Amino acid sequence: MKKHRTSPTTDSRYKPARPFNADEFGRVRRILGGKVLFVQGDAAVAYGALLAGCRFFAGYPITPATETSEILSQLMPRVGGVCIQMEDEIASVGAIIGASRAGVKSMTATSGPGFSLMQENIGYAAMTETPCVIVDVQRSGPSTGQPTEGAQGDIMQAKWGSHGDYELIALSPSTVQECLDLTIEAFNLSETYGIPVILLTDGIIGHMREKVVLPEFEEIELTWRREPTKPKEEFQPFLVDSTKIPEMAIFGTGYHTYITGLTHSETGYPATDSQVDHHRLVQRLCDKIRDNRDRIVQVERDYSDGDKDTIGIVSYGVTSRSVNSAVKMLRQDGLKIDHLRLVTNWPFPEKEVAELSERANRIVVPELNLGQVYHGVREAVAGRSEVIPLWKTGGEMHVPHDIVELVKGGVK
Amino acid sequence: MKTEMRFVAFGGQGIVLAGVMMGEAAIADGKNAVQSQSYGPESRGGAAKSEVIISNEKIDYPMVVQADCLVALSQPGYDKYADEIKPGGTIIVDQDLVDAGQPPEGCAFYSLPFARTADRLGNSIVTNVVVLGSVCSITRVVTRENLAAAVKSNVPSKFAELNLQAFSEGYRIGQEALSGKTAGNK
Repeated sequence: MKKHRTSPTTDSRYKPARPFNADEFGRVRRILGGKVLFVQGDAAVAYGALLAGCRFFAGYPITPATETSEILSQLMPRVGGVCIQMEDEIASVGAIIGASRAGVKSMTATSGPGFSLMQENIGYAAMTETPCVIVDVQRSGPSTGQPTEGAQGDIMQAKWGSHGDYELIALSPSTVQECLDLTIEAFNLSETYGIPVILLTDGIIGHMREKVVLPEFEEIELTWRREPTKPKEEFQPFLVDSTKIPEMAIFGTGYHTYITGLTHSETGYPATDSQVDHHRLVQRLCDKIRDNRDRIVQVERDYSDGDKDTIGIVSYGVTSRSVNSAVKMLRQDGLKIDHLRLVTNWPFPEKEVAELSERANRIVVPELNLGQVYHGVREAVAGRSEVIPLWKTGGEMHVPHDIVELVKGGVK
Repeated sequence: MKTEMRFVAFGGQGIVLAGVMMGEAAIADGKNAVQSQSYGPESRGGAAKSEVIISNEKIDYPMVVQADCLVALSQPGYDKYADEIKPGGTIIVDQDLVDAGQPPEGCAFYSLPFARTADRLGNSIVTNVVVLGSVCSITRVVTRENLAAAVKSNVPSKFAELNLQAFSEGYRIGQEALSGKTAGNK
C-alpha cells in the first residue's frame, strides 16, 4: 500500500503557495508534457489552474466536470498540492475558502446541480472577500436535466445565485485554449479583488478536444493578494484604502484576523445592528468591482466597416463559435454584421452593448437557454435597437445556418 | 483545406479514441483539429459517434455539418449518417458489420475487413487501430508517421507493438483498396 497523506498541515512539504517563480512554473510545464497539446476543455482548466499556482482543489464529481477533478487528483500530489474529494458541493466551496485563507490558491469544479448547492458558500466567499475560483461546466437543467449535454443555463445564477448584494466576476471561454487562459485570468482577478470568480464553461467545450499551446512564464502575469503592510498590532482585516480592497492576512502568519458571514466592521467582528456599518460594507463589496469595471470587462469585437445600419450579434462561450461561422456566411452575402463576444459575463458589459446599439438596428442574441443574457442586452440597449433572441436547449449548439436564416429573415 | 470526419459505431469499439488519435496526428502535422463525441450512458453497446474536423485554418463551428469521410462500424450508425455524406465524399465501412446495400451515389465507397483483421492479429480490441491505418492510407488527411506516433502514445506500452502492427495492416488494406485490388471495393 502506498502511504497516503491525510492532512496537509502534517506534511513537511506543505507550504503556502505564494506567487510562485519560474522554477515552479517550469516544473508544472514539464509534468504537463509538450508545449502543444490536444486535450479536452476540462483538462485545459486543470492545467491552467496548476500554471496559475493553484495548489488546492476540493470537489465532488459530476458530469461533465469530473475530468477536471480526475486530472487534478493525479497531478496535485506531483506539484506538492492537495486534491480532496469532498462529501458534496457545499463542503467543496467551504474547503476552498479555508484553503485560500490559509494561503493557497484554490479551486473547485462542478456542473449545474452542484453549482446550485454552492451558492450559499459563494455568498460567504463574497462577504469574507476570499479569493477562490469556481468552475461551472454548464449542462442542461433545471435539476439534474441532461447530464451529458452542454448548456448555457447558469449565466444568471452565476451573478444572482446567492442572496443579498455583492458583485463577482464570471468569464466565458469559447475555445479549449481559452479554458486554460481564462482559468489563469480567473485566479488573477480573484486574487486582485478578493472575490470568488466563476468560470462558465459548458459540457460541449468541457468534453471537446482542441489544440492548446501552453504559455511560457514570461508570457503570463500571475497576481497574488495584497498581504498586510502594517505592523501586526495596527492591522485590521477589513480596513481599506482608496482601492476599497482590504489587505488579506493569511491565517497562521501571526496577524490577528477574523472572518464571518455576518455583517462586520473593519475589525472583522460582527456588527449586525448598525444600518450604517451594513450599508458601508455591502456598498464597498459592490464598488470594489464596479469602480474597476473598465479594467475587468473583456469583450471581442468583430465589426463591419462603417458605423451605422449594421446588424449586431451578441454572443458568449461556445455559442460564439457558431456565430463566427455565421458571420462569415452573412458577410459573403454582403450584410454588414457586427459581432460582439462577451468574454466577461459579469460584471455585465453594459457599456459595450450600448455602444453596439448605436451602430446596429437589430441585435440578435443566440444562447443555449431560454433567455438570460438577452435580458442584459435589452437593458443596455434601452430601446435603441430591436433585440431578437435565438434560444436553443437540448444539448446541441446552434447550427450556423440557423443564425444566418434568422438574421436574413429580418432584413427588409 | 478543411476535412470533416465522422466515426460511428457501438460503444466499446474504440472510435472515440480513434478520433482523438486522428486529432493528435493532425496537431503534430501542424494543423488545427477539433474532436468531439457523443455516446449513451452505457459503457458498451449504445450508439457512439466521434467527430474530428481537421483544417489549416482556425476552426469556428466545431461540429460536423456534412462529413467528407464517414467511417461506420455499426449498421445503425451507417443507416443514420450515410446519406449525410458530402457529394464526392468517402465512406469506409467494416465488411462484416455493415451491409451498405446501395451506397450513396457519387461517393467513394470502401468495405474492408477491419474486425476480421484484428481477430487475425489476435485481439479484436485493435479493430479501431486497423481502421485508422486504412483511413490514413485512403484519405491521407494526416501523415502516416504522426498517426502511428499518436497510436503508440495512446495505448499501454505492452500493447504498443500489437497496435502498430494493426495500424500497418490497416494501412496496407487501405492502400490495396485504393488501387482496386480488394473485392467489394467501389
